Amino acid sequence: MIEGIFVEGLIYGIMVLGVFITFRILDFPDLTVDGSFPLGAAIMASMIVNGYNLIFALLAAFAGGIAAGVITAVIHNRLRVPNLLAGILTMTMLWSINIRILGGRANLPLLKKDTIITDVVEVTQGFLPQEYAVLIFFCIVAMIIKFSLDLFFRTDMGLTLGAMGNNEQMVISQGVNINIMKAIGVGLSNGLVAVSGAFAAQYQGFADVGLGSGIVIMGLASVMIGEFIFSSNKISILTLRVLIGAIIYKAIMYIGRYYGYHIGLTPNDLKLIAGLLIIGCLLLAQLKNKSFFRR
Amino acid sequence: MIRLENITKVFNQGTVNETTALRGINLHVREGDFITIVGSNGAGKTTLFNTIAGTYFPTGGEIYFNNINVTKMPEYKRAKFIGRIFQDPLLGTASNMSLEDNMMICYKKGFKGLKISLNNKMREKFREELKLLDMGLEDRMEHNLQLFSGGQRQALTLLMTVISHPDLILLDEHTAALDPKNAALILELTDRFITEKKLTAMMITHNMSHAIKYGNRILMMHKGEIVLDIEGEEKKNLTVDGLVKKFYDVKHEELTNDELLMSHE
Repeated sequence: MIEGIFVEGLIYGIMVLGVFITFRILDFPDLTVDGSFPLGAAIMASMIVNGYNLIFALLAAFAGGIAAGVITAVIHNRLRVPNLLAGILTMTMLWSINIRILGGRANLPLLKKDTIITDVVEVTQGFLPQEYAVLIFFCIVAMIIKFSLDLFFRTDMGLTLGAMGNNEQMVISQGVNINIMKAIGVGLSNGLVAVSGAFAAQYQGFADVGLGSGIVIMGLASVMIGEFIFSSNKISILTLRVLIGAIIYKAIMYIGRYYGYHIGLTPNDLKLIAGLLIIGCLLLAQLKNKSFFRR
Repeated sequence: MIRLENITKVFNQGTVNETTALRGINLHVREGDFITIVGSNGAGKTTLFNTIAGTYFPTGGEIYFNNINVTKMPEYKRAKFIGRIFQDPLLGTASNMSLEDNMMICYKKGFKGLKISLNNKMREKFREELKLLDMGLEDRMEHNLQLFSGGQRQALTLLMTVISHPDLILLDEHTAALDPKNAALILELTDRFITEKKLTAMMITHNMSHAIKYGNRILMMHKGEIVLDIEGEEKKNLTVDGLVKKFYDVKHEELTNDELLMSHE
């Protein structure tokens, strides 16, 4: 079971990296995530069912997520809507779009379909137990994404994105169009979230339009848990911290599900636990005299 | 180099809160000018800067930059040739990033691509530039800027602005938020950089003696107009009392701004 926690933590960790980019680096609290996660799942699942190439389907999910993020950024920039509201708008619209992508229904099972995960299991059959093969595969995927992000945030564009979350005026003063920068940042974030959704659908064996509800909270909680581990200003440490936070979050949820049964908790209480977890983190952070939400 | 033609700026036009901040400003800034600007609160000094920088557009009039009409050009595009330093030292640099990252962002203006430009050669260059400040910052390149004092951050902003060599530098009371010692230091640096690198600059200050001491040209603003524009020999021989008297001669009003008069040295 322990490898299940790690696999889930790594899959959701990709999403948390996206949440980290918007909330932490861009200072753009983005709720599109609740829609772009099932969007990635829906694109992946329907393309699998329709027999498309798996890598191509994954790239399509990534592109779909980017598009969703860019739409949020454009609504925010063009209509001067607060970023929270812009995200909610896109998220709400995505609910309908996701059902359309799923073929007019809310749930699409992937039973007995070829997915990236079944392919991994097939290739490694004979020399690796199934669960370890999946675990190693997701370790590699998460690391590739993590290192690409580390690299990206060391480029001129990445540095500028980091500065923008802290000081928009400075970035404007450098002759940079911050509207384009926001679209790039929020787009990238949602692209990652959609990829995470695509993997989650394959891992769980279905795509569901409700997969995304509460994803932002899950992401935030993971980011905050990670921040308790260690502090640093190095991007490579920050992204690593995000992944570890996601795994710890999944472990806490697993414990909640597994042992909570004895004190009368049901799976329906998990969202309450997630919320309380965030409140707990905020309180702890306050005690440590630093607020999560930078001003 | 920069020409403002009959610039007006009205806020909240058509409402009860309508205020006219600029009334028909005409100004020609020549290359190499170091202009100091004084005036009481509400005279329109910062509005003038915001209009030149493109933070907002004027209600009427035209702005020319090297004979190109930039009246409707957005702020970020103008920023490629205008460097601006604010009163708040936090506005010029990003707190949550290291010194070298900040310098890298400010090194080249315009769209940032996917190149990793920050390498050891660049670091060496930054180290050399930082030595100019004589604050020992060249040994703290990896520190986050939130660890630096307001004076250090304003010095950095100044240095980074000068490195990018803009056609025009706007200094909006950039020493007002600092303690007297740091303020004097930053002002000396400003003067040195502008003279040495032959930059064109406009500086708003509340301190009349500073306004007289620095630069080759002084503007006094009052109620949205430029009431005095003094340069050359006349500027060199100016005293604070002389300036106050000149103001009276033009406006037949006493200069009754405490903040301005108190800043006598």
